[in-house]
Amino acid sequence: MTGTALQVYHLARRSVVRQARQPANVVAPVIFPLALLAVNSGGLQSATTIAGFPTDRFVAFALAIPFMQGALFATMNAGTDLARDIQTGFLSRLSLTPVRGVALILGQLAGVAFVATVQAVVYVAVAYAVGVHPRAGAAGVVVLLGLAIAIAIGFGAVGVFMALRTGTGESVQGLFPLLFVFLIISSMNFPRNLIEVGWFRWLATANPVSYLIEGLRSLVIEGWNGEALALAFTISAALITISLVACGLALRTRMTRT
Amino acid sequence: MRDEAEYKGDSEAVGLGARRCRDAVGVTAVRDFRNVSLAVAWRTLHNVLHNPSLLLPGILFPLLNFVAFFGGLSRLRHIPGFDYPPGYAGFQFCFVLLQSAAFGGVFTGFGIARDFEYGFSRRLMLSAPRRSGLVAGYAIGALFRWLINAAVVTAVAFAAGMRVEGSAADVAGIYLLAVLVNVAFLFWACGVAMRFQSVQAGPIMQTPVFLILFFAPVYVPLKLLQGWIHALASGNPITRVLEANRGLLAGQPVEVGAAYLVTAGLIFFLGLWAVFNLRHAEAKG
Repeated sequence: MTGTALQVYHLARRSVVRQARQPANVVAPVIFPLALLAVNSGGLQSATTIAGFPTDRFVAFALAIPFMQGALFATMNAGTDLARDIQTGFLSRLSLTPVRGVALILGQLAGVAFVATVQAVVYVAVAYAVGVHPRAGAAGVVVLLGLAIAIAIGFGAVGVFMALRTGTGESVQGLFPLLFVFLIISSMNFPRNLIEVGWFRWLATANPVSYLIEGLRSLVIEGWNGEALALAFTISAALITISLVACGLALRTRMTRT
Repeated sequence: MRDEAEYKGDSEAVGLGARRCRDAVGVTAVRDFRNVSLAVAWRTLHNVLHNPSLLLPGILFPLLNFVAFFGGLSRLRHIPGFDYPPGYAGFQFCFVLLQSAAFGGVFTGFGIARDFEYGFSRRLMLSAPRRSGLVAGYAIGALFRWLINAAVVTAVAFAAGMRVEGSAADVAGIYLLAVLVNVAFLFWACGVAMRFQSVQAGPIMQTPVFLILFFAPVYVPLKLLQGWIHALASGNPITRVLEANRGLLAGQPVEVGAAYLVTAGLIFFLGLWAVFNLRHAEAKG
């Protein structure tokens, strides 16, 4: 293993072990979205009787939402962990070593990827348990997992950026309501073409989170929808790229070596 | 030798003195209770009003839910069997008002837990002559805090096109029920805060409240729910309160008596829970 790869490995291992040692960080992002899925799919089942609704089971329609909520939790966890490293002086001590910034960020995101994978596998298992079989089949499930992990890494990088920029866990936690607004004002509960209130439909259309949800959802209720998947992967790739660039810039200030 | 009449006179005088003494003690107890509760209420309200990070979540949380439910789900009013004169904005307003009331209590509970964590509550308990006034004070503070949230939610609901079909008395009934819900869930959160004495108990405070609220008919009327969620919502006491509020807004009161019974029962039992945990906190020192 090269020097950088070794650094990434060690920091990634630390990040994964750290996540695994905090059951609340793993369990809460799994349980809470599933409880909401149960409530919403029960309460909104009658919505499927509306003409044009794309499926006759709301739980299948809503299955994409836990993946997004899980990604939001990942943002908080990744950011809060790094902020703690900054507050406790771990990052300052790390900056005395030859560790590279890229290794630090990638290592941190490995923990996010680990939790996201656990979450996604549980969500898919629950879907099968309640009789929802993704229309895209087994290959579709693999793509679903890949997209879910990519989204979680994108949001996780946002959390890492916030931690590097502000250096406090409180500031990272303060980001949650803002990201939650993006989730709420999206097509998470209804298809965009069936949203009746004009301004809400406009906002949901302008909101990139709608396309992430629709990409995940397409694999479950439609099968292979190239356009929805292309949009979802493009947006998650853009989110990852922009966030990582921002992280790199913030890291230069945070890990100034004198 | 003192005669019997003198003894009788003495004992009457002693009885009168004891009564006066008891009355004086009673008056002092009431005054202590009032002073403690008003001081705690003032402090709670002062902290919230001077710290946006405490004020805003209480306002934004129900507001965002209203925006999401009204904006995203209005088409549900076209489902056969969905007939609600005040419109979908009114339908969701009733839920969000109750939610803001319940979480107004819970958010105040976070403040109580924080007071315990920083040791302020220990000093407060040492200085308060009537400690039950602490619970009452937090309840009064939570109530005034929620009134701000309720005003914002109401204004937004009107802006979204909510129609009020009920009379002034019906509307007063809606807010009174919400006040009772606020008090009940403040007692719940207060009890949890005093038991665990840490902000880390936040999920214990809010998760049951969240679940009991969302297992009510949030998106469509109870009659349109199907399967397990219908059974759960039917047995959920908050459903009675929600249905009563929606009936009052529509000018077609239903289950109002049951709703008041439910809220009175919640206040009674959760009040006991709060006082029980206050005693626990006192014993812990």
